[in-house]
Amino acid sequence: MKEMTTLRVNGETHTVAAEPHHTLLEVLREELNLTGTKHGCELGECGACTVLVDGTPVLSCLTLPAQIGDAEVLTVEGLAKGPELHPLQTAFAEEGAAQCGYCTPGMLMSAKALLDAKPRPTRDDIAHAISGNLCRCTGYTAIYEAIEKAAQRV
Amino acid sequence: MSELSILGRRLPKTNSWAHLTGSARYADDIHLPRMLYGRLLRSTRPHALIKRVDVTRALAHPGVVAIVTGADMPEKMGIMPSTQDETALAVDKVRYVGEPVAAVAALDEDSAYEALSLIDVEYEDLEPIFTIEEALEREDVKIHEEAKRANVFKEVHLSFGDLDAGFAAADHIRDDWFFFEGNTHAPIESHACVASYDADGKLTLWTSTQVPHYLHREMEKVLGLARSRIRVIATPNGGGFGGKSDPFGHEFSAALLSMRTKRPVKIGLDREEVFYAHRGRHPVKMHLRTGVKKDGEITACSLQTYLDGGAYASYGIATTYYTGALLTVTYRIPAYKFDGVRVYTNKPPCGPKRGHGTTQPRFAFECQLDKIATDLGFDPIEYRRRILQPANSRTVNELRITTMGLGDCLDAVKRSTSWERKKGQLPKGKGIGVAGSAYISGAGLPIYWNEMPHSGAEIRIDRGGGVTVMCGTSEIGQGSDNMLAAVTAETLGIFPEDVHVVSGDTSLAPVDLGSYSSRVTMMAGNATKNAGMKLRDMLFEVASEKLGAPADRLNAAYRRIFDLQDPEKHMSFVEAANLAEAKFGTLVAAGSYKPPAGIGGSYKGAGVGPTPAYSYQASVAEVTVDLETGQLTVDKITTAHDCGRALNPTNAEGQVEGSAYMGYGEIMVEEQVFRGGLHKKPSLLDYKLPTSLDTPQLEAILVETMDSEGPYGAKEAGEGPLNPVIPAIANAVYDAIGVRFDETPITAEKILDALGKRDNRGVPKDRIGPDGLADTRRDPKRALRRLSASTDARERKRVESPAE
Repeated sequence: MKEMTTLRVNGETHTVAAEPHHTLLEVLREELNLTGTKHGCELGECGACTVLVDGTPVLSCLTLPAQIGDAEVLTVEGLAKGPELHPLQTAFAEEGAAQCGYCTPGMLMSAKALLDAKPRPTRDDIAHAISGNLCRCTGYTAIYEAIEKAAQRV
Repeated sequence: MSELSILGRRLPKTNSWAHLTGSARYADDIHLPRMLYGRLLRSTRPHALIKRVDVTRALAHPGVVAIVTGADMPEKMGIMPSTQDETALAVDKVRYVGEPVAAVAALDEDSAYEALSLIDVEYEDLEPIFTIEEALEREDVKIHEEAKRANVFKEVHLSFGDLDAGFAAADHIRDDWFFFEGNTHAPIESHACVASYDADGKLTLWTSTQVPHYLHREMEKVLGLARSRIRVIATPNGGGFGGKSDPFGHEFSAALLSMRTKRPVKIGLDREEVFYAHRGRHPVKMHLRTGVKKDGEITACSLQTYLDGGAYASYGIATTYYTGALLTVTYRIPAYKFDGVRVYTNKPPCGPKRGHGTTQPRFAFECQLDKIATDLGFDPIEYRRRILQPANSRTVNELRITTMGLGDCLDAVKRSTSWERKKGQLPKGKGIGVAGSAYISGAGLPIYWNEMPHSGAEIRIDRGGGVTVMCGTSEIGQGSDNMLAAVTAETLGIFPEDVHVVSGDTSLAPVDLGSYSSRVTMMAGNATKNAGMKLRDMLFEVASEKLGAPADRLNAAYRRIFDLQDPEKHMSFVEAANLAEAKFGTLVAAGSYKPPAGIGGSYKGAGVGPTPAYSYQASVAEVTVDLETGQLTVDKITTAHDCGRALNPTNAEGQVEGSAYMGYGEIMVEEQVFRGGLHKKPSLLDYKLPTSLDTPQLEAILVETMDSEGPYGAKEAGEGPLNPVIPAIANAVYDAIGVRFDETPITAEKILDALGKRDNRGVPKDRIGPDGLADTRRDPKRALRRLSASTDARERKRVESPAE
């Protein structure tokens, strides 16, 4: 039986009917059509589904909406401020940090949490911050460069 | 040619913005009204006859709308027309654990899942075959009845030059066995598709495929629906690496379920299913014999490869030839013999993974060259430098070589790593190693025999100066959409952001054979340039009249057409386009590309290996081995890559870095291994893709050779750079601890074994690797006993507590 759930996502409040056992990932993608958040394993192994909950990266495939209550969820769709892209988005484009783009939304959210907590991260900080986000395309090099570039602009 | 305005610059990919804002629409992001959700029931047996499939209970389950089984699609299919041995869903027999048997469509995914356990399948187990040796010998067990000898899928024998004389003339001969373990692509996006059979009798399939055109052909065959009624749209692939290059059961099942229900049907694989869908790197045993003179000059080379193909053909015939074909394009080999055999085993089918079939023998060859250099007392870079196959030459197996940048690549990695200060001078436990390699810029022949172009592109200019380029390429993250936009923009003198790209759509775009064999920049790039030049000629004709300058003095750049001698004489691209439309009618042009004739030989088997131009690459790896724990750390991988012209240096470097990463994973940890037919590690935790913390520092150096075959001089960048990384690391480990690793992966356990520290009785070894074909370390019978015990237990549990 579906139950009514209220979520705050990207600054908007949504009330949706969802199966109580469906994860935050499923509710975001299937009920709210926020398909920017990806799934690569649905077992908490790949990090593709990373979103921010009150600024902290969480794996939305391992999170139930009931667990987060009225906390603020931020997904990749909420990263840009209206027409203005987040510096991470521009830096990722310039450095070629998104190849197939599938890990990118999760990677961006982990990177944002890092920069919010530590505006001038070292490369080691970055490697740790994105160590739960698997990327199969880049070898991570361009991602480091993009996050470093964004850090200079934030 | 005048200076380029777009190509060669580090411009962001035009399709980046969709990826970075979450608006890129991958297959699983598609949602259509009334859409059903499908799941596949997969075989729990490695080798068994299907006695009965009963869907009665499953059909009665709430939410279930339709079910299809193998009997509904009995037509044989497969990527290579000459070796089609698969069906969309298993018919009568299953040949690997994970093979799809039936497909359910339901109102929601949960109901589809539940229904799977209500499908009753009765199997009669057959003895499975898991190893190459068994497959070669067991005449009594046939995985495919059609196999002429035991379970041999394909045997090839090729010989060039005077081998006996070559070995007789050698001063030194090396004879080694190697083993390259299988591994898989593991793209972060699992395969997904949506099929919609509409009221007008037309079927549309959105799918994460690298080969929409080939899939289009197979859909017609399997579904019995005219190709004119089928539209395949390749959605952006969330990584491909070769793993989405076959037609798959879920694609046909979604289509047939949609045809039956007249509703859209989505099927997405879960992660475990992706490991079983596989089509990845073949495990290959190799016997390599090379003769050299005192000065190191190769006199003869003989290679025998044994490929463990898994249960079906996939690209296997090409893979088998590729294990031999490209060994000759790097260093001078006057006599060469190649024998290859690929066998069937009861495991998920192997297929093409980045470097397709060339990665394994390249590992063997570059490790053996390193041994030869050591034997003769040569520096391994200098040695390779001395025996290079020259540019503009023919190899002994008749492959035509144009530009050849391997020497420059070796120089570049030598310089960048301060090789001379390190080689032979590092403390025990630290090492440095090198390897070279080559790859094709697209296969010289299509997969099915035909005289048509390999790639077509169509460009249309609208009255506002917008330009649309249409091409059947599949964007898999390699940047093909951006390449189409950039080549169009360069040719017409506009900006990439002025270009709309329609790709991977069999209805809207001309055929491109697909994103495999690193063919897209070479072939689709040339087709696009060709189409663009036709439009450019029209624009220049009207501009010439208007500006009063001869057409051959005009240039187009920055949305302008101008006189090269007097740039003040110019007109805007839009104005020229409007004048041209008034003069010629609607501005549309098509271009196409086919590789030139005469790039390969004419012997049987000569179809695999030729390409318009080879890419070349060299890697240096620097490693540290912990002598107590056996832990291998790769500190840095430096790869130089000859990509012709780098159309976008940032993206080309990204391919080199990504290849280095993937090669690193293959030699360090990645293994597609089985226990009694069950995958030992079918999850991203167990399979262990390298994370950011594991991945070494990667340096990419581009070597530009400007090949006249490529569009604006470009060659491939996506696959070749993986190949040298693996032997370079093995050679660095030798430099660090004096142990040859003639097999992959190099695990801490194997290093400890070599160091004599794995147990208290350990005796140090100077080599880890096979001594022949036989594999004495494994006991397949034991694995089988364990499998049957666990299968029985699972079956008992299922029968005792069926789902609601």
